[in-house]
Amino acid sequence: MTGQRRGRILLNRTAFLATGVVILFFVSVLLGSYTVTIPDFFTIVYNHLTGGPRIPGASFIVMENKLPRAVIGTMIGLAFGLAGALFQTMLRNPLASPDIIGISYGASAAAVVAIVIFGASGAVVSGAALVGALAVAGLIYAISSGGIRGGGRGNAAGNRLVLAGVGIAAALHAVVNFLMTRADIRTAADALVWLNGSLNSANWDRAGILFLALAVLLPAVGVIAGPLRILELGDDTAAGLGIRVNAARLALVIIAVTLAAVATAAAGPVSFVAFLAGPIARRFTGKASLPASALVGAVIVLAADFLAANLAPLVLDGTVLPVGVITGALGAPFLLWLLVTNNRKDA
Amino acid sequence: MPDVAVLNAEDLTLKYDQRCVVDGLSVEIPEGRVTMIVGANACGKSTLLRGLSRLLKPAGGAVTLDGKDIHTRPARELARTLGLLPQHPTAPDGITVRDLVGRGRYPHQGFFRSWSEKDDLAVQRALEATETLALAGRNVDELSGGQRQRVWIAMALAQETDILLLDEPTTYLDLAHQVEVLDLVTDLNRRRGTTVAIVLHDLNLAARYADNVIAMKAGAVVAEGTPGEVVTEDLVRSVFNLESRVIPDPVSGTPLIIPIGRHHVPTELELVS
Repeated sequence: MTGQRRGRILLNRTAFLATGVVILFFVSVLLGSYTVTIPDFFTIVYNHLTGGPRIPGASFIVMENKLPRAVIGTMIGLAFGLAGALFQTMLRNPLASPDIIGISYGASAAAVVAIVIFGASGAVVSGAALVGALAVAGLIYAISSGGIRGGGRGNAAGNRLVLAGVGIAAALHAVVNFLMTRADIRTAADALVWLNGSLNSANWDRAGILFLALAVLLPAVGVIAGPLRILELGDDTAAGLGIRVNAARLALVIIAVTLAAVATAAAGPVSFVAFLAGPIARRFTGKASLPASALVGAVIVLAADFLAANLAPLVLDGTVLPVGVITGALGAPFLLWLLVTNNRKDA
Repeated sequence: MPDVAVLNAEDLTLKYDQRCVVDGLSVEIPEGRVTMIVGANACGKSTLLRGLSRLLKPAGGAVTLDGKDIHTRPARELARTLGLLPQHPTAPDGITVRDLVGRGRYPHQGFFRSWSEKDDLAVQRALEATETLALAGRNVDELSGGQRQRVWIAMALAQETDILLLDEPTTYLDLAHQVEVLDLVTDLNRRRGTTVAIVLHDLNLAARYADNVIAMKAGAVVAEGTPGEVVTEDLVRSVFNLESRVIPDPVSGTPLIIPIGRHHVPTELELVS
């Protein structure tokens, strides 16, 4: 297979994934337990923007529930997918995604603390989640940076970071469990959303904040993608090619952590999305690719949320599941399948 | 060539954390020649190369390129003059040979200057020089050790620097591939006038391929000069703590070290020498 042919396959499959995201977006807005026809959809959106007459019921469900839900789902999927792929590529370690190394758990723990101890709600909880994720990331970075600075060889830096993260995640897990046992049942129900990740409380305010964050972060990913391609060759080689390794790595960590943090602040830690997006994208396109990883992230979240919001209630007497339950339930077996087939290929 | 860059270490001190590995070392990498840095394990030779290539910031002294401290120059600009092939480069999964070699062009690209015909040409030349053109579309992880090392050298060639530093480029290669790699580097030096500095374990190959030998012991330079001047029985004894005979290499005439261990040595050898 020639390099050009590979490039074409990557491009075609990335376009295919983008189409998949668009289709799933419209499926989740138009279909499901409440169906909207395509002409109705455009009428609703047009009238909403121009202040025209509302269609009773349908306008509310589309504009206040289905559309913000799909918009947030797409954006957090892109953000989680990118955050995971950036970490995994930079540290050359598939375990090094923000959900495994405790950054999402930092967000959860901070949100649960805010809800249970301070009785916070709404934007304050999102803010706490954001701060929690950044604080945990800072802590992990500080603990492992001795390894990063001295580590010219191999994956020592990456392994230290993963181990530090797993340790911190375990500690936070204990904190969260302690708080959950102390909280009364209604507060616990609120807090539970922050442990699973859910789009059930999606609204336009959250979508707006997330959009602004991504408007800054996505171009930043575009800028850092070039140096990342060189960092992949190992720290020494990258330094020889004119990369300031520590500065580039710090910039990457900040961008990736912020991506994971804003996505978690918007919908909670939707499990396995960041972890799986990169490996699935590579399986599908034959090559590590940031755009493909982002799109796979969006596909996973949209598809899982469609199942959680529309199919789960049919089976479970009307319970709308948090999307994180579906990604967790589908993600774990998929990870095992990935491992098994990967081993077979390598052997 | 008057505009060829000169690399110098002046009173250089290099430390890992608090451990001093190289202390007050001054050395010049002569331009347009092949320099081999030799010495026992842990004598600081790889550390010196890391210092020369800016991977390690000096705790004292300076490394200068054309008289200017390398740590004051922009990283990319420096990378257009000074190339490095580290001991353990890592190839990302699924990367093709052409893609990997192309990444050597990174310092020549900028925010506003993307891939150009000049880059294509440099990659093509690097693939041809290392005879890896036929492998261009292959995955790097499918290649044999010797092929892979040629591909990494091709990447360093695509960088088109005046100076190329290589850290034990023959590790893990069989003898034929070791010779192949050193031939390739010598070609590069003879054809393009590239200044080459190599850290090498094998003293005999170093003596064969070097124009200039730098012998190190305990973080200091103990001898420097042509292989004929430097590689002697006394040097091998002091640097490697090994008794040996040094005879003219029957092929090249350069010094050839015959080690004397405790076994397989007739006792009358002492009398002969």
